[in-house]
Amino acid sequence: MINLRVNQQDYALDINPDTPLLWALRESLGLTGTKFGCGKAQCGACTVHIDGKAVRSCVTTVSSAQGKEVITIEGLQPDLARFLQQAWIAEDTPQCGYCQTGQIMSAAVLLRENSNPTDADIDKAMNGNICRCGTYQRIRSAIHRAAEMKREGGGK
Amino acid sequence: MIRLLDSSLRRFLNMSSLTGQGMVLGVCQGPARGAEAKSPSFVLNAFVRIGEDDSVTITVNHSEMGQGVYTALPMLVVEELDADWSAVRVEPAPVDPVYNHTVRGVQATGGSTSTWSEWERLRSVGAQARAMLIAAAAQTWKVDPKTCRTENGQVVDPVSGRRLSYGQLAKKASTLTPPENVVLKDPKDFKLIGKPTKRLDTLEKINGAAVFGIDVVVPNALVAVIARPPVFGATIKGFSADRAEKMDGVRHVVRISRGVAVVADSYWQALKGRDKLEIDWDEGPLADLDSQRQREQYAELAQQPGIVARKEGDDASAMSDAAVKLEAVYELPYLAHAPLEPLNCVADVRSDGCDIWTGTQYQTLGHKAAVEITGLKPEQVKLHTMLLGGAFGRRGVLDSHFVQEAVEISKLVKKPIKVLWSREDDIRGGWYRPVAYHSIAAGLGEAGDLTAWRHRIVVQSFMMNTPLEGAMVVDGVDLAAVEGAADLPYAVPHILVDWRRAPDGVPTHWWRSVGHSHTAFVVESFIDEVAHAASKDPYEFRMALLKDHPRHKAALELAASKAGWGEPLAKGYGRGLAVHASFKSFVAQVAEVSVSKEGKVKVHRVVCAIDCGPVVNPETIRAQMEGSVVFGLTAALYGRITFKQGRVTQGNFDDYPMMRMHEAPQVETYIVPSADKLGGAGEPGVPPIAPAVANAIFAATGKRVRRLPIRSDELAA
Repeated sequence: MINLRVNQQDYALDINPDTPLLWALRESLGLTGTKFGCGKAQCGACTVHIDGKAVRSCVTTVSSAQGKEVITIEGLQPDLARFLQQAWIAEDTPQCGYCQTGQIMSAAVLLRENSNPTDADIDKAMNGNICRCGTYQRIRSAIHRAAEMKREGGGK
Repeated sequence: MIRLLDSSLRRFLNMSSLTGQGMVLGVCQGPARGAEAKSPSFVLNAFVRIGEDDSVTITVNHSEMGQGVYTALPMLVVEELDADWSAVRVEPAPVDPVYNHTVRGVQATGGSTSTWSEWERLRSVGAQARAMLIAAAAQTWKVDPKTCRTENGQVVDPVSGRRLSYGQLAKKASTLTPPENVVLKDPKDFKLIGKPTKRLDTLEKINGAAVFGIDVVVPNALVAVIARPPVFGATIKGFSADRAEKMDGVRHVVRISRGVAVVADSYWQALKGRDKLEIDWDEGPLADLDSQRQREQYAELAQQPGIVARKEGDDASAMSDAAVKLEAVYELPYLAHAPLEPLNCVADVRSDGCDIWTGTQYQTLGHKAAVEITGLKPEQVKLHTMLLGGAFGRRGVLDSHFVQEAVEISKLVKKPIKVLWSREDDIRGGWYRPVAYHSIAAGLGEAGDLTAWRHRIVVQSFMMNTPLEGAMVVDGVDLAAVEGAADLPYAVPHILVDWRRAPDGVPTHWWRSVGHSHTAFVVESFIDEVAHAASKDPYEFRMALLKDHPRHKAALELAASKAGWGEPLAKGYGRGLAVHASFKSFVAQVAEVSVSKEGKVKVHRVVCAIDCGPVVNPETIRAQMEGSVVFGLTAALYGRITFKQGRVTQGNFDDYPMMRMHEAPQVETYIVPSADKLGGAGEPGVPPIAPAVANAIFAATGKRVRRLPIRSDELAA
């Protein structure tokens, strides 16, 4: 049995300990907001938070996630989610949208740690997330916008 | 404007199968995007359903793959329907001839056609539904419908001041006979069309609720991965499933037409099972395929004349009379589409029916393939179109192989099956933009005037021997092989464009912008070479040769002026431009680049101008230009699929890289005000970027890029 704590709920899964966390989330727990894109930590579509850090769940085994706090897009801290969602909507950011939950998860960690990121900070935090549709400049604007909302202490 | 409505729309009113299609067989397809519907709704026509709660559901027949059709197409309907935009929700269309492409006669999405092909029909269905709602109100009030008007989702009787909402009228309206003719608005009265409008599908795509094909959950479904030929055209001599079948979670190992499928309880188990398969392949005629040798073969093919795609004047004498003669060879590689959502398909084949859930660009063909494999009646096969996590042409393959595989497996194992492709399966899976080898020459007169143009293209055909051959092969020339070259817009008195068909073998296919993806690079780079040879400014030189092409000129002029063409740049920087027409639109781009001592290219800024005729949603157009630049730059800077010993060398984003945020330029988009013919937006932004960047590199370094991807070792100081 593998014991996982995901989005503040505890689960016991009968699953091979080597299984990547991504597949446990998607197939065992039905949390399909976390996406599969490459399987080798190249694209960031599978980004989740483990103990507050942005992690590629496609190369993280379920056994190594035991005893840790896993947060997926479905369980993202509501205040952060609200800033990010409002900013993403204001910038009309997604196209196909497949990478965007991973982008949001990476951006959320950046915003939590840095309430006034520069373009360079954003590049550094986001360069593990591929957007095949090429929405990068809107993601960048959205992060600046979300940061501003956070600094001002509330989204509208 | 009066439009006679298609009779198929009227037939549709007798069909009752459409209501409640958000849920199919108890399987949640995920939330419809846009407003929520909470109460019964009534079908007014194949595209419009109105709920008692005033929700307006638009059924969209084009697949949403990022290009924004789930917003732009409803805008067409709602403009005429005069509904409340905030009450609009969108659902994908089922497979039915009523939803066929208005020009292509099949249900399909591609070729940057969605908006222009629906421009009249979707406005007409909106106007038709509005007329029915007015008629319902007029009957209720016993007034002449001509005296009623509509206002943002309500019918109003101006005499009495009475109002009824569309939701209150929907039930009655749905029982009325739809009008034969409708009058469409004068474009000057548009309230929605032309206004920047936010996408309806953003929230679901950022909160994890959106359901792409890969996210579909069907009870008791198993997951399959497939061992496909390691070399294109290889066949199975024999295989052993013994080791694979012993793996944890593996339930079945079955041979299908495209390989051997390992079926397990989960993806990871299926993948591990596949590793244990032992397959003896007959590698076939491409066993030795090697990109370097292929390059030599194409060079050889380019020595002999091809099939003429365009001939004007006498290129041979003009070329021999030329004061200056330029010759060059340009080369481009195979490219994979690499949509971020790997291909997948869920199929549930039963004795009495079959359901398919997938993100496809070609519903009619996927449906047809399933009917053939299952032997079921067409009406027993339901294909549910899911959101597409990118496609770029890859999900529009003519053999629908990604659907076919899932249907075959489900039929064999008698369970619902989800076939998943790994990233390596995708990158190595073929259906590439073909390799292109271009041999090109120009002749200049004494005064630097362009007198002769000779352009030979060596490239495979992916239209021949397909159902599209009749439409796409004219006088022996595959139009997709020469588009963007045969229609050279520059005024040249003597011109020859011909095509040599490269051998079949590697499966190739349309890749965002199709033939233009290679021809524009060659034409727009070479015209730049010619301008420099003539000692002319590349912008002025083009403008002078475009005198009969006002839309090219307008786009070029706008991009150049916004980019500050001719203004000084910092040392080490260069500015380059390109203009190209494709998919009925005209796009010019100016790129600003710098090149490091090591030859590393950085694209700093791209200014883009597009004339796509009347604009439906300017936000969509801007987004498509931004995305097209990144897509085209990814190819220009990194993209290449190569072969060694018959096998694809690349496999994932580490060796088939995608542009990332820190490498992406800022893109500024300007839309040429235009009342001309409506064009596309999804693809036309791709072709000009590679030549604009290559021309900028020349401006910065004096080095000419004639082979993609751009190689830093060739640019190092």
